[in-house]
Amino acid sequence: MIVLKWLFLTISPCDAAEPWQLGSQDAATPIMQGIIDLHHDIFFFLILILVFVLWILVRALWHFHYKKNAIPQRIVHGTTIEILRTIFPSIISMFIAIPSFALLYSMDEVVVDPAITIKAIGHQWYRTYEYSDYNSSDEQSLTFDSYMIPEEDLELGQSRLLEVDNRVVVPAKTHLRIIVTSADVPHSWAVPSSGVKCDAVPGRLNQISILVQREGVYYGQCSEICGTNHAFTRAPGNIGRLLSPLWLSRTTRGASHPRSKLLQRAAGAVGSRGARQ
Amino acid sequence: MEDEIELKTAPADFRFPTTNQTRHCFTRYIEFHRCTTAKGEESNDCERFAKYYRALCPGEWVEKWNEQRESGTFPGPL
Repeated sequence: MIVLKWLFLTISPCDAAEPWQLGSQDAATPIMQGIIDLHHDIFFFLILILVFVLWILVRALWHFHYKKNAIPQRIVHGTTIEILRTIFPSIISMFIAIPSFALLYSMDEVVVDPAITIKAIGHQWYRTYEYSDYNSSDEQSLTFDSYMIPEEDLELGQSRLLEVDNRVVVPAKTHLRIIVTSADVPHSWAVPSSGVKCDAVPGRLNQISILVQREGVYYGQCSEICGTNHAFTRAPGNIGRLLSPLWLSRTTRGASHPRSKLLQRAAGAVGSRGARQ
Repeated sequence: MEDEIELKTAPADFRFPTTNQTRHCFTRYIEFHRCTTAKGEESNDCERFAKYYRALCPGEWVEKWNEQRESGTFPGPL
């Protein structure tokens, strides 16, 4: 029992970076899956080129060593090799460019109408989130601040510099529109497992659309140097806890509705911390 | 028993196909206020524009613009 507890309860089921991790975090959105696939595609050509170039280099060093081959043959022109070394690299760069552009433009495109709009507003050094799809007046937004939990307040199993007091709760398998902006200096809203990194610029609204495929807790940090506390004491971590669409539709009814209080509470539930001090 | 709420927000707009949605929010705000001046405050036709701009604009911006409209310093064409 103790072992079970130790095994499962200390490892939070979340998508955060691991110590000494080499690759990307597990993909949660089709975009991130595309990024990972593209990385692997390109790596194939990268290894191919690396091996080929190394082979040529070592071979040249071996065969044209001054002791072995004191007076090498002087070749100044070779049509065949020149054609080959022009055509092959261009074919390779096409193999890299085509999937790369395909991914790039698909990331940009908003194909369907989103179901929910969430506004992520960067501050020094926290984030404010607004859900206002169900407002019937200008003041009713469901708004909450998301602060990082300082190191000394962490509970067992929580990730240092990642855990926040109020998580963003979004439905899974739903098209989301995230409007990213800032209220003071430039920030950047980034969630690695969603394949999202979007600059938050004051006075500008940047839109990203994501579709989260599986439920989980996703972590991210500010990705734009935004002042003293950018990286440490209060990095604007943003966390999505993803639940079914039905759940959100039942909970969001404008800020006045008691059920939206539930949403706010649920957003901060895992840390089981109330309002921030 | 509560009825189910439809998940609905401002649709994608072909006038604003890019990542930058600043104008989208501003335009929807103006559209709403033009609509209310044309059709009157009570008209329900304008409600959808209000939903759109509330979904897109940060609360702080809307607050500022409302104040500017009251004091007559709003920069947009109303």
